[in-house]
Amino acid sequence: MNLHPDYQGKYKYKWSDLRNMKLSGLEPLEITPESNFINIGERTNVAGSAKFLRHIKEGEFEAALQIARDQVEGGAQIIDVNMDDGLIDGKEAMVKFLNLIASEPDIARVPVMIDSSKWEIIEAGLKCVQGKSVVNSISLKEGEEKFIYQAKKIKQYGAAVIVMAFDEDGQADSYEKRIHMCERSYRILVDKVKFPPQDIIFDPNVFPVATGMEEHRKNALDFFRATRWIRENLPGAHVSGGISNVSFSFRGNNPVREAMHSAFLYHAINEGLDMGIVNPTMLEVYDEIPKDLLERVEDVLLDRRDDATDRLLTFAESFVGGTKEKKAELEWRKENLQDRITYSLVKGITEFIDADVEEARQSVNMPIEVIEGHLMNGMNVVGDLFGSGKMFLPQVVKSARVMKKAVAYLLPYIEASKTETKAKGKVLMATVKGDVHDIGKNIVGVVLGCNNYEIIDLGVMVPAEKILQVAKEQKVDVIGLSGLITPSLDEMVHVAREMEREGFTIPLLIGGATTSKVHTAVKIDQNYKSGQTVYVLDASRSVTVVSSLLGEERDRFIKEVQTDYVRVRENYASKKEFKSYLSLDEARKNKFNIDWNKNAPVIPKFVGVKEFADYDLTELRQYIDWTPFFHTWELRGKYPAILSDANMGVEATKLFNDANAMLDLLIREKWIRAKAVIGIWPANTVNDDDIEIYTDESRKTILHTQYGMRQQLKKAEGAVNECIADFIAPKNSGLADYVGGFVVTAGLDIEKKLAEFEADHNDYNSILLKALADRLAEAFAERMHERVRQEFWGYEKAPLSKDDLIAEKYKGIRPAPGYPANPDHTEKPGLFKLLDATAKTETTLTESMAMMPASSVSGWYFAHPESHYFGVGKIREDQLESLARRKQMDLEVLRRWLSPNMEG
Amino acid sequence: MNDIREILKHRILVLDGAMGTMIQRYKLEEADFRKGWFENHPKPLKGDNDLLVLTRPDIIKAIHREYLEAGADIIETNTFSGTTIAQADYGLEKYAYDINYHGAKIAREACDEFTQKDPSKPRFVAGSIGPTNVTLSISPNVNDPGYRSTTFDKMVVAYEEQVKGLIDGGSDVLLIETIFDTLNAKAALFAVQNVQEKMGTRLPIMISGTITDASGRTLSGQTAEAFLVSVEHADLLTVGLNCALGASTLRPYLQVLKKNAPFAISAHPNAGLPNEMGQYEETPELMAAQIKTYLDEGLVNIVGGCCGTTPAHIKAIADLVKNYQLVEK
Repeated sequence: MNLHPDYQGKYKYKWSDLRNMKLSGLEPLEITPESNFINIGERTNVAGSAKFLRHIKEGEFEAALQIARDQVEGGAQIIDVNMDDGLIDGKEAMVKFLNLIASEPDIARVPVMIDSSKWEIIEAGLKCVQGKSVVNSISLKEGEEKFIYQAKKIKQYGAAVIVMAFDEDGQADSYEKRIHMCERSYRILVDKVKFPPQDIIFDPNVFPVATGMEEHRKNALDFFRATRWIRENLPGAHVSGGISNVSFSFRGNNPVREAMHSAFLYHAINEGLDMGIVNPTMLEVYDEIPKDLLERVEDVLLDRRDDATDRLLTFAESFVGGTKEKKAELEWRKENLQDRITYSLVKGITEFIDADVEEARQSVNMPIEVIEGHLMNGMNVVGDLFGSGKMFLPQVVKSARVMKKAVAYLLPYIEASKTETKAKGKVLMATVKGDVHDIGKNIVGVVLGCNNYEIIDLGVMVPAEKILQVAKEQKVDVIGLSGLITPSLDEMVHVAREMEREGFTIPLLIGGATTSKVHTAVKIDQNYKSGQTVYVLDASRSVTVVSSLLGEERDRFIKEVQTDYVRVRENYASKKEFKSYLSLDEARKNKFNIDWNKNAPVIPKFVGVKEFADYDLTELRQYIDWTPFFHTWELRGKYPAILSDANMGVEATKLFNDANAMLDLLIREKWIRAKAVIGIWPANTVNDDDIEIYTDESRKTILHTQYGMRQQLKKAEGAVNECIADFIAPKNSGLADYVGGFVVTAGLDIEKKLAEFEADHNDYNSILLKALADRLAEAFAERMHERVRQEFWGYEKAPLSKDDLIAEKYKGIRPAPGYPANPDHTEKPGLFKLLDATAKTETTLTESMAMMPASSVSGWYFAHPESHYFGVGKIREDQLESLARRKQMDLEVLRRWLSPNMEG
Repeated sequence: MNDIREILKHRILVLDGAMGTMIQRYKLEEADFRKGWFENHPKPLKGDNDLLVLTRPDIIKAIHREYLEAGADIIETNTFSGTTIAQADYGLEKYAYDINYHGAKIAREACDEFTQKDPSKPRFVAGSIGPTNVTLSISPNVNDPGYRSTTFDKMVVAYEEQVKGLIDGGSDVLLIETIFDTLNAKAALFAVQNVQEKMGTRLPIMISGTITDASGRTLSGQTAEAFLVSVEHADLLTVGLNCALGASTLRPYLQVLKKNAPFAISAHPNAGLPNEMGQYEETPELMAAQIKTYLDEGLVNIVGGCCGTTPAHIKAIADLVKNYQLVEK
């Protein structure tokens, strides 16, 4: 095959002193000399796609976005957006569509090409994109002055530019005109506008060939030659083109068009074309073009024969109608059995799994082989994707649902055949005694289960004896402990001690909200020397940790953990020396002083106790703070930004939709009940740290005393040592002050629905429901606090916006006993008694002072505008002794309760 | 030789630390935010810290002096929220220019005092331009992702006013910082260019983005490198990162900038991550130890502190920087 004499081999970039062109969407796109060819998606162009035009005209932006998404998924590295159509408001459509793209991370990750023949549309588009985009296009068509103006603006907005080979006299249609106009444009841009040369892209006009007209014979060839000239002579400049134009004469004959596009690109890229607008689905692979067709196409493109057009036309007739329609719905159902099962598992589709598993069962000897073969192969893919950050937790939980369904289907057959499954290891999981929180533990269970570990889940409030007993009976390989409230930390230490005492050597895993690596290394690990204790940050780490502990790498891994924990302990010890503490007396002298004259206590409109039975969930729904909900699912980001996060956005949005759909049902079908009780009483501070609560306004009879803990860490000059009692007027001030309290729950009756989900092997829904009940309880606390501020205490006027609520911009606080501002959990029973909370809200306290149902919140109300949240931090022995005396509690009992807060 | 562009070729410069933390120490009351300017303003003003350049210039200047004393070469004006957009919450749009003008003037006076004392260490005023409280790339309404609460054009107008005030008040440099949405920053750059063209000035521009969390992205979703690509069309003095993360967590993203940027690099990280109570606990020593790795790597040309940092932190950094000659870029 002979090529044209101008052909000089593959173009080599030679302007090494210039920077590379860089563009950006959410991610950067650098066009390097090695990039070869950047393909620009053309389907979001009303002039190029009738379907896209229809969606835009009808205002179906969702469908229009799908086209953009498909293009990016299909490999477009830039997407061209064009809204030039007589029947739509191009500027409005451009702005709307670009704004919508900005909320779609899977589209917005690539740069945008803002395509219009109208400057005002281009400029409107430039104002919507945060990344560095490309303007398509400007030219000398309307004179130099306008060209310079537009180029300057584009530079100021920070975009690259496509320049058409077009001037005052018209479009360049020959080799000479092309290079002349491009050179002139280049000189103006570089010399006068100081436009970065590497950000200039020329479009030397792709025109149709094989039109039958003599003057069109060299259209493709001239384009190739001009491309070469530009790349050799205009430093840094790039060349692009709208490729599909070249095959205009063969509309309706896709095989020929596809061959023409591929051959055109092949030659143009050789000459230096480095980007182009193409439809990837209208592109044949160059090497797969039938040789006879390729020869005729290249004859035309390279103008090799006088009769080239006729020969191609004749040949083309044999291809008419041979269009290939790709991608039908549910194409994946045609794949082989393993691929279908893997697909269902990865995508979390339950619809076909029973049928596929049945087919698999019939293909093997023993039903167990389906689990160990087909299903585990699929779950390994899920595990790999999750491990490499390509799948997120909600997806994995959905995969687990499919897995469980499949296993449930097989179970009767397996039992009939009397075989046992071989798991990689047995993991015992439990939420420790006194604690009722299990969402995190359940998620870890699901994730480990997905990775073929057998999970023995003992549930919540499990005493150490039971954990150890089951561990022995079942010969488990690992024990995992979970807990959320601070007393659980101590219970974990207890379990560790018991394991040591009973001669265990298996690994002990620690996880849950209040646990930490420091606590694990300093307090737990030290008590269990015969086996390794490992802190597990979240579910996604659990698989690595367990597989390392049970695998061949075991010794190396344990050595690493030990080295790490030694370092953590040393750090902890050295840090301690930096900190110095005040005596309780000194700390009291440095208390937070409120100027009571400036803001006197507000007398509440209501004093006493009030209960709320069966609170309206619809009202509470509006008070939900969604950010922690996403955290539960290990999607760490702020709501609502997380919905458009480049990485997690898609999954976060799905999860959010699932959550709202469940909320709809939960409210309509009354799955759970919510109850609350609040109270406001006369109160004054005595002895600096304690709040006396009185039966009535005479303030003579003490109903209850709430004991506060005071910060003892030595602070910087000017900073104070706080205690919540500082926020209530002291008795000797003579001022009438008040304190409030509350208990709310949104978890009543939840067990019924959870049992249903469990029966259906639906971990996803079960975890989702618990997470939502937690959010509703928090929302309930927020709502009751608002009502107290505005209605019952009545010191706040304007209703606040939801964002302000979440940012806690209101005045007054509602700290919970057991949390940083008063970390003493043993203050909770007093609060419950004051409110008669168990009778009024069906909420009880466990021995570790966790509330049951788990989705409950309690706390005190402080109304003073200067009251604020703080952390007590560590306290010293003198305060512990003082507290024990004041509370008439055994010193050692109290020490155990407050151990997380004791210095040392 | 008092041209920061020249000095930066030979020395690593130190930027000051947090303003908010320092203001808190003064335990200011509503009256402090009104004094002499807004006595009868109908809305509460406490918390609008930028106003203090008008109502309590003595305090702001005293804080500037503390940082200068600690060894800062560059002082940021107390004008982070000095746009009509950010001041709208308080109904003080009209005072945007005043805030910036006076904010720059106070910093100017403090810096001149110290330059006079020791002319071998000239001090510079960086006009601080914050991100505003709205975002051009993200809809505030989940149900209408195409909606925007303001426009690029309106934001350009607001920034133009701020920039003019900062230049009139005597800024040496303009610092567009804490960028969580690059499109906002592009509007600021656009405004800076408009104003400088009109006024015939050529103040160097520093730009500093914010990586929100371990995802390594800005709030508006860009990676550090995409952020750089999106702003490098402007002729910048430095590009850098500040806020949200502590020094060690910020380091990998600074490395990305260092590797790809044709400009000098700045960093002003937080004093670690806030604890569960929202307080920053990292001590000057701890922070300086992390900054030392920046210096050992030749990662930064300008370094200072953001949230939670104090004159003690800046002093620790300044003492450290003294030992480092600039690595040729």
